Amino acid sequence: MASALTTAPVEVERPAGDETSEPDRPWLVIVWNDPINLMSYVTWVFQKLFGYPRHRAEKLMLDVHYKGKAIVSSGTKEKAEWDVSRLHAHGLWATMQRDA
Amino acid sequence: MGRLPASRARTVGDDATRRLTAVFREHPRVVREPDGRYRLDLPNAERVVVCQLPAQLRQELDAPDHPDLRRVFPPASNEDDRLVQEYRELIGDQLLAGRLRAVETMESTVDADVLDEEQILAWLSTVNDLRLILGTRLGVADARQDEDLPDGDRRSQVYALYHYLGFLEDQIIEALSETLPRE
Repeated sequence: MASALTTAPVEVERPAGDETSEPDRPWLVIVWNDPINLMSYVTWVFQKLFGYPRHRAEKLMLDVHYKGKAIVSSGTKEKAEWDVSRLHAHGLWATMQRDA
Repeated sequence: MGRLPASRARTVGDDATRRLTAVFREHPRVVREPDGRYRLDLPNAERVVVCQLPAQLRQELDAPDHPDLRRVFPPASNEDDRLVQEYRELIGDQLLAGRLRAVETMESTVDADVLDEEQILAWLSTVNDLRLILGTRLGVADARQDEDLPDGDRRSQVYALYHYLGFLEDQIIEALSETLPRE
């Protein structure tokens, strides 16, 4: 990476904010509140997908419900994509974004 | 998020909800057996409804870009259109295929009295997807529109199905949750 200034034309093609240029900023997976999914279902999905104990899954669910959203996992872009896709497969409204 | 039971009063959907709550308490529809399978105890009238669900969802999935399916296939970002597109290209087909597999599994077991875990998860997937679509279509996000619907309004029937799916789903969750750690 130290010599990237002079030797990596590929880097020029990369859009600003690409994950390879700022490896320390993880991606966050956010679940948003929706008026349809059952509270019991959302809690169960958090337990099943992330292995969270019940009290933690319930707290996340309540954060989603009352605060409108909750961060449910974080990591590399690939991990975030994987987690978002598993949440989507279960019908939850999940998005991913770089940590600010 | 939807709560159970609904905290509303004197509505069409609510009366249905209250009746269903009482009935379901006395008569669980899904019971986890000691061998890890799931026994279904569905009255005939409910079995008739359940049998129609896979075909209903399959029909909806024929138009995955329809606005009523926006909660079934949500975007991966609220602000980054490039990311949304990249994610769709990468994973969109798999998400649709997974749902169709669940529909097939439920279709092949709609008459069963006992389901294994994979099968009951397919039922759950199909029931939840249909709830998302019906709830979106009914505008559950915006208003309690089942309140004060005129007699004979077709939406009353859709609400009845929507509420029923909620209770069936809750029963499935309760049975499935027995396998998860309580603490």
